[in-house]
Amino acid sequence: MKLVTAVIKPFKLEDVKAALESLGVHGLTISEVQGFGRQKGHTEVYRGAEYKVDFVPKIKIEIIADDTAVEELVTTIATAAQTGKIGDGKIWVLPVETVVRVRTGERGSDAL
Amino acid sequence: MNPDQLKELQNGIASAAGVGSTAWILAASALVLLMTPGLAFFYGGMVRSKNVLGMLMQNFFCIGVVSVLWVLIGYSIAFGGSNQIFGGFHFALLNHMSEAVPGYAEVTFPAPYESNSLAQVIPPIVFVAFQLMFAIITPALITGATADRWKFGAFAVFVTIWSLVVYSPIAHWVFSPEGWLFKKGAEDFAGGTVVHANAGAAAIAVALVLGRRKGWPGTSFRPHNLPFVLLGTGLLWFGWFGFNAGSELAADTRSGFAFVNTNTATAAAMLGWLFVEKIRDGKATTLGAASGAVAGLVAITPACGFVSPAGSIAIGLIAGAVCALATAIKGKVGIDDALDVGAVHLVGGVLGALLIGFFGTGDVAPGYSVDGIFYGGGASLLGKQALAVVSVVAYSFVATFIIAFAIDKIYKMRLSPDEEQEGMDFVLHGETAYEFTSLGGGSASLLSTATTTEEGQA
Repeated sequence: MKLVTAVIKPFKLEDVKAALESLGVHGLTISEVQGFGRQKGHTEVYRGAEYKVDFVPKIKIEIIADDTAVEELVTTIATAAQTGKIGDGKIWVLPVETVVRVRTGERGSDAL
Repeated sequence: MNPDQLKELQNGIASAAGVGSTAWILAASALVLLMTPGLAFFYGGMVRSKNVLGMLMQNFFCIGVVSVLWVLIGYSIAFGGSNQIFGGFHFALLNHMSEAVPGYAEVTFPAPYESNSLAQVIPPIVFVAFQLMFAIITPALITGATADRWKFGAFAVFVTIWSLVVYSPIAHWVFSPEGWLFKKGAEDFAGGTVVHANAGAAAIAVALVLGRRKGWPGTSFRPHNLPFVLLGTGLLWFGWFGFNAGSELAADTRSGFAFVNTNTATAAAMLGWLFVEKIRDGKATTLGAASGAVAGLVAITPACGFVSPAGSIAIGLIAGAVCALATAIKGKVGIDDALDVGAVHLVGGVLGALLIGFFGTGDVAPGYSVDGIFYGGGASLLGKQALAVVSVVAYSFVATFIIAFAIDKIYKMRLSPDEEQEGMDFVLHGETAYEFTSLGGGSASLLSTATTTEEGQA
């Protein structure tokens, strides 16, 4: 099993969710996060005073999937989240040792 | 018509004018009260989320303490008749309310439009209520400059002393017909000097005593809730009709002019501020629209009963543009006037008071010699206005600095660096404004457990 983590632009969440649903993804977890990559932050001007906003708001999506499903999952997210402009985000994949479904105690792939 | 019938008719008209005006001034007083909560949200939206309750509390506290002081001796010091500097204690505890306000003649037959200033058609107790609302908002205005760092106890002591030692005497000088600046012929229709220039000068004095906020300039102090700022601006604008049109102390043609002038100058000032922003910063902002409107409200305050609606457009445009540019001064001189009370209230109040000397016209204020330079009146009015501005600003700045400095020596006015980091809301009031976490600014905890006592649940 693998953990797929994607950090995307907040307004792309609906597109990504729809694409993942049509792929048959059973569940995902999102969180509101802030950060910067090559995009860096932006500046905002209040009464003539410039403030640099280093951390911009992003959405982090986390999905656990079987090894075989990962490639398609990553491609789907990347396609749905893309605008082609700087700041589109990143996707990375990590191995997962085990998963437990809390309600039944099932473990591993059965718990997905 | 025989003389008896004529007399009866005259008394009937006088009483009707008095009743109508009294109703308006009571309503106007309530409008002006609403400005202070409006100001609280105008300022509260501009501070960081960890300090919003501290800001709201300072403003609401002004309503509490000044309302009581006003009844005790504040009103008497401002509007009593002892001498030209100090009103005295004759009206302490609001005794002697059956006597006319000193300097005002008792009126039995006002012809509303032509009534000159020294005829007061409303009862003295209604005048007390109206003037109280001005006494409340003036110290509240100071809190914008001193945001994020003033201990609550020291603030409470400051407001108590300041209201009696700075506000009431200045109100006496300018607003009371017994005051020395009033007698000199300086004009201030609704408080450009008494309220705004006074509060602006005091705000800078306290900001100097407190020192700069931790991290200023440099750290991001961006507003945490701009919708609050615009909501507060709307409440201020609404309440300001009471402030300005009510200052005629009657419901008549001139109060109508004051009303229209207030709205016109405010609208024009918003445009002026936005124009400067668009040119200077590239974008017109909501904070700029709100700030411009307030700058216009401030600048038209002293002038609204003396200028034409056309003059109000000019005053508004000038105030909006000049105040927008004035926000750059604090960075150059290194004074942390956090929310630009100096740029908006001091600069705007002074501008409005001086511009009467240019735009004043007897057409709007019959019976007054207020023709300004643009209306063929010469420069003597401008000279009187300048005298009032300099006297009020100088007294307010020096007296406020001394009061703040003394309180600081006794109590240490400022939060410790750790407390400032933690935020006023939790440190001073043990509360948190919002039930959600926000990275960087907020102090709310994700996990909180409510413990309720048995009695509490009952």
